[in-house]
Amino acid sequence: MLKGSNLVCVRGDRRLFKDVNFSLEAGGIMRVTGPNGSGKTSLLRMLCGLSKPEYGEISWHGKPIGSLSGEYFSDITYLGHLGGAKDDLTALENLRISSALSGTEITEQDAADALQHIGLGGRQLLPVKVLSQGQKKRVVLARLLIGKTKLWILDEPLVALDTSAVGMIKEILERHLAQGGMVVMTTHQEIDIAAVTTQQLQLV
Amino acid sequence: MFFWIIRRDLLLAMRRQSDVLTTLFFFVIVVSLFPLSVGPEMNMLRIMAPGVVWVAALLASMLSLGRMFSSDYLDGTLEQMLLSPHSLSMLVLGKAFAHWLVTGVPLVLMAPVLGIQYDLPADALYVLTASLLLGTPILSLIGAIGAALTLGLRGGGVLVSLLVLPLYIPVLIFGSGAVEASSAGLGYSAHFSLLGAFLLVSLVFAPWATASSLRISME
Repeated sequence: MLKGSNLVCVRGDRRLFKDVNFSLEAGGIMRVTGPNGSGKTSLLRMLCGLSKPEYGEISWHGKPIGSLSGEYFSDITYLGHLGGAKDDLTALENLRISSALSGTEITEQDAADALQHIGLGGRQLLPVKVLSQGQKKRVVLARLLIGKTKLWILDEPLVALDTSAVGMIKEILERHLAQGGMVVMTTHQEIDIAAVTTQQLQLV
Repeated sequence: MFFWIIRRDLLLAMRRQSDVLTTLFFFVIVVSLFPLSVGPEMNMLRIMAPGVVWVAALLASMLSLGRMFSSDYLDGTLEQMLLSPHSLSMLVLGKAFAHWLVTGVPLVLMAPVLGIQYDLPADALYVLTASLLLGTPILSLIGAIGAALTLGLRGGGVLVSLLVLPLYIPVLIFGSGAVEASSAGLGYSAHFSLLGAFLLVSLVFAPWATASSLRISME
């Protein structure tokens, strides 16, 4: 289970947040909210292990994530706001390569099926640079259909998506939660996701 | 895993051929400028050749260092690499290898042709090519450390040359030294052994150092 205790984040000489505590159980979703610049992305990057908290500890199944590294990385999927799709590669290549990097090698057929499911059928072979913002986001989100990771850390996954895509993401998240997965996400959109436990972490 | 990253970077290079060709043309033009400016004095050209070709190779391989991680940094794929359960050092090694295939190998293949402009004898051409073959991977490996350290900095391009060029000096000395030694009729195996040793040391340490620098730069 994911647990954060007394987390403090300092950027430059500014303290973004302090004394952040939470614990997330299987099947639980945690929504991180707060105004722009309150440290939501910084918190998510900390949870991934990309940056270290100034003070405090994040643990996964009782062990600090710093001591797990590779083991922890194979349990999480992080989709940041930058996306992580190469403009010059096609949607299919992007998905296959990013899945391979995150430890699950998939065949071309699997990748094509996932893209079909996420609503990019017929556009798998286009370079990502010619796709629209929403379609680019879908290419990135297609990774959620492939990995078998337990903890999803999603930074604004719903930005640029149309209503049908938002509905689809909601469905994917709910299925993941029903299977005992965990989700930590930030979003400014109102979305109601059914989960065993729902908690909100408000950053000020 | 290693092959996935190489495949990815080669695919990207294929889609952006201008980047690859810029490096190669830079090398060809710099090497060709010297005979034009110095004049057709065969003896002088023969003496200059190894140094000129090697310096041009250093500069050409440095030209493309900035792109090694920066595009991945900007579109978020580098973040994904850092979060990969595979060892980051292996990923970095794959990236450096792909960088060498794209920028180093064309230089190695072009060098004998350019050597003819300097009237190098056949065996000197052979030694020149072999020394570049051993030396250019070291340039990519050491360059990766510099590229990782200057990631996301303003004016990183200039900084990377200040960081990396001093580290290239030993490779330059023994690379061009091998050709000079062979032209002078001395043995060049010592130079090659040293270049090989540099290559092994950088193969072991550079990916690790690059991985640590990337983690620091991304924090």
